[in-house]
Amino acid sequence: MANVISDETIEYVGVLAKLELSPQEKEAAKKDMADMLDYIDKLNELDTTGVEPMSHVFPVENVFREDVVTNGDDRENILKNAPGEKDGMFVVPKTVE
Amino acid sequence: MMGKQYETVIGLEVHVELATKTKIFCGCSTAFGGEPNTHTCPVCTGMPGSLPVLNKQVLDYAIAVGLAANCEITRYCKFDRKNYFYPDNPQNYQISQLYLPICRNGWVEVETSGGKKKIGIHEIHMEEDAGKLIHDDWEDVSLVDYNRSGVPLIEIVSRPDMRNAEEVIAYLEKLRLIIQYLGASDCKLQEGSMRADINLSVREAGTEKLGTRTEMKNLNSFRAIARAIQGETERQTELLEAGKEVVQETRRWDDAKECSYAMRSKEDAQDYRYFPDPDLTPVRIDDAWLERIKAAQPEFRTEKMARYREEFGIPDYDIEIITNSKRMADLFEETTAICGQPKKVSNWLMGETLRLMKETETDAEDIRFSPENLAKLIALVDEKAVSTNVAKEVFEKMFLENVDPRAYVEENGLKAVSDEGALRKTVEEVIAANPRSVEDYRGGKEKAIGFLVGQTMKAMQGKADPGTVNRLLKELLS
Amino acid sequence: MNLVDLTAVELAEKIKGGEVSAREALEAVFRRVEEKEELLHCYVTLDREGAFKRAEEIQKKIQAGEAAGALAGVPVAIKDNLCTAGMRTTCSSRILDNFVPAFSARAVEDLEAAGAVILGKTNMDEFAMGSTTETSAFGVTRNPHDPERVPGGSSGGSAAAVAAGECFFAIGSDTGGSIRQPASFCGVVGLKPTYGTVSRYGLIAYGSSLDQIGPLTRDVRDCAAVLELIATHDKKDSTSIKREDTDFTSALRTDVEGLRIGVPRDYFGEGLDKEVKAAVLKAADTLRDAGADVEEFDLSLVEYAIPTYYTIAAAEASSNLERFDGVKYGYRAEDCQGLHSMYKKTRSQGFGAEVKRRIMLGSFVLSSGYYDAYYLKALRVKALIKKAFDHAFRKYDVILGPTAPTTAPRLGESLADPMKMYLGDIYTISANLAGLPAMSVPCGKDAGGLPVGLQLIGDCFQEKKLLRAAYAYEQAVGGFGTGKEA
Repeated sequence: MANVISDETIEYVGVLAKLELSPQEKEAAKKDMADMLDYIDKLNELDTTGVEPMSHVFPVENVFREDVVTNGDDRENILKNAPGEKDGMFVVPKTVE
Repeated sequence: MMGKQYETVIGLEVHVELATKTKIFCGCSTAFGGEPNTHTCPVCTGMPGSLPVLNKQVLDYAIAVGLAANCEITRYCKFDRKNYFYPDNPQNYQISQLYLPICRNGWVEVETSGGKKKIGIHEIHMEEDAGKLIHDDWEDVSLVDYNRSGVPLIEIVSRPDMRNAEEVIAYLEKLRLIIQYLGASDCKLQEGSMRADINLSVREAGTEKLGTRTEMKNLNSFRAIARAIQGETERQTELLEAGKEVVQETRRWDDAKECSYAMRSKEDAQDYRYFPDPDLTPVRIDDAWLERIKAAQPEFRTEKMARYREEFGIPDYDIEIITNSKRMADLFEETTAICGQPKKVSNWLMGETLRLMKETETDAEDIRFSPENLAKLIALVDEKAVSTNVAKEVFEKMFLENVDPRAYVEENGLKAVSDEGALRKTVEEVIAANPRSVEDYRGGKEKAIGFLVGQTMKAMQGKADPGTVNRLLKELLS
Repeated sequence: MNLVDLTAVELAEKIKGGEVSAREALEAVFRRVEEKEELLHCYVTLDREGAFKRAEEIQKKIQAGEAAGALAGVPVAIKDNLCTAGMRTTCSSRILDNFVPAFSARAVEDLEAAGAVILGKTNMDEFAMGSTTETSAFGVTRNPHDPERVPGGSSGGSAAAVAAGECFFAIGSDTGGSIRQPASFCGVVGLKPTYGTVSRYGLIAYGSSLDQIGPLTRDVRDCAAVLELIATHDKKDSTSIKREDTDFTSALRTDVEGLRIGVPRDYFGEGLDKEVKAAVLKAADTLRDAGADVEEFDLSLVEYAIPTYYTIAAAEASSNLERFDGVKYGYRAEDCQGLHSMYKKTRSQGFGAEVKRRIMLGSFVLSSGYYDAYYLKALRVKALIKKAFDHAFRKYDVILGPTAPTTAPRLGESLADPMKMYLGDIYTISANLAGLPAMSVPCGKDAGGLPVGLQLIGDCFQEKKLLRAAYAYEQAVGGFGTGKEA
């Protein structure tokens, strides 16, 4: 039952999660993830056939707001923490080549 | 040796920006044209601790479009998070619907040179739009503006039922009309309030199995769509002919270069890790809600056309053009309701309105003059208060600035001279000044009177009724 | 009398009555901070200047006879994952080192409206991921009962501050036990309300379907009084529930006559420290003596709570923490070659090991091909666990057990073995999965003088039953003496 996490898997999950792990971190991550998955596999002991996945605990439904403008110009606050700002916009490394 | 015959199979993913006043999950305005990031708040910029709350109007619009496109409405639907990193997406996940989209299994009918055809709709789901990236070549950076971030979209996913560009365009026109009639969006391809991504594959004619498809993005006009379909069909056919495989990928169409290129990179795993958004509650749509939307559905184009034929007695061609835009149809009906002269209203719309729209490159949805003013103008002509030529001049002003025609005519002294004494005097002067034409007319050249009418109108600076001038001329020359 | 020995409610009464000024209370608490903070390190940020300014305003209101709020002038400490407008909010993470929110969490606004004075922001496990407060990027917090031991976590700074008298009460958040477990380790009262009772607006999310904000206090009365203030319906949080029964202080009755208390046998098995077990069972006896009907029963599915929890929480966290990318706020790495390099460097340098571990796990369980096997499976088991509780609450008003299997471990002991640390959450996690209210109250100490916590779990919206049982217990044992001798 023991899970084995390959280098490729760790690499792939790193791409998804946008994390760059050092070689040591990668080894640790492989082991940690395998341990956790072994543990999570315990859930397979339970027969959950026909059980609806429960994403929300309470049957609270239909929470809406009306289509009314409530917000004004808050640009100063929105940009206040930006690591890079120019002309009222957030600066990021170029997204096209 | 005979070459193989190929068939193109096309499905569309159409994004439509809904005409709500506010964004899908916050109370920021959706208005166009604000300074960058002035229509933003903690929610639509992904500030830590902020939470989304669903705009009810988005649901009403989505249900209305679904019903109009013959869809089943999902009575219990949820929002899911689509996770991917990109700076135009402030949370790095987009709130969308994967598992329980609001509408499923619909269809619309289109008509092309090949006849009538039903195009299947796989699903319609609600989601939030992304922000805008502006590329600053000078400093080699990109800048992010979140004004569009969180604007509500519906994505209409068709079945792969289309076979050529004509069908694709007919389908898009059909969706545009339905949605415009509902008032759910203005559906402008050029401005991006309607966007179409094309899923296209090629297969040997007569085979059942679908070929590998590509997804084409960045198509901003019907022309670009037609060219992209042709280009991609050729590209895939050449690959298959050469015994190569089509790679399933997303491609970006460059309309200037008339070619597409693959968008994929190794950092783009296309594994979106969808899961139900725990910050939003599920939506349950009961019968009463559906009934309310059904009751509020407007008359759509086909019904409208039939009614126009019945009620107004205007030519089919006029009906065709007028009902091709919600705004035109509204103008027609509202003006007719005021003045009771459908044919005259139709003439103004079919003639001067279309001409000026073309000249000024104005979309029908952006026509500014009011039905009240058009009715006033028609009345002015009926009263012979202005000549046809002056009326056209006034209409142009009305088209551009929605001026009140009565006030405009008054202020600019354009009112026709109805005092026959003054008119008679001018006519006498014209007769005296043009002996040759008078002679021609008297000698049997009926046409010569036209010149004399023209001269009189000129002398009156257009402020005379040509019919009256004609009558006076004939009277004085007989 | 030392002012810092008072409870929040006692202090509020004295300030209201003009016996003590808001400034005097603040001076007293800052004296305590000066004495203890260097050793304990409960706070990430202290706002002395802002607090005194605020105390002046409150005092003026009181003197003018204006309504200043139920806790006017009472100093409070806020966990550093609740946004505070204009005050640095870090989640004890390097990635938010310099982040100053423009708005305050609803719970913070509610407290400010009640006149409370914010002292500063308390240390925590980074993004609330951890059970010891050792994963903080800003150093560990020490347990006031033994500085060589952890205060628990993730709301360790809040619990330690209350225990040490470095505040009169504190606010924490609880995703899998993060209020109750540190309350247990530090010998204070901590309550996680029913999911949806306190608005999550402004709480920097870890596991959105599990997170709840709650009070950490010296006694049960304070707990009820604070909960009453922050249990408000919020239109900005779609999961916020409108409740009519938020007069929690009305539940403070000393009698538990007829209260049905269930003691799950599965909470007293392997892994439970003997002294903890004895203390908790003794507490059960105390309640029985006070008139409650106490009996043992089998809850079932207890051992499945942790794997279920870690799957769901990690999945949600992996998505919730995507927004920390160096674009809009917080840390951005230097020397990046392009966009994806910036994302990766920023996040790899900005997040600590435990956060990265959970993001990796969460990304994996949601990834293509594993979603059904892991994530959906966990949501199905969650439904079963909820059902087991529903079943139990047909028979019992309150479920009683230990909060944690042990008392506070030594610094460094837990992080060495993450799996063991995760197991420490075994009794607290189910309440989050099932959305139930649960609280921890002190029930004695082990031989080493470390506090033991008694956990009471109630059915949804039954906080009053918990408070009634807790209050009756507190009265029966003559008070907890929290903050007085630590």
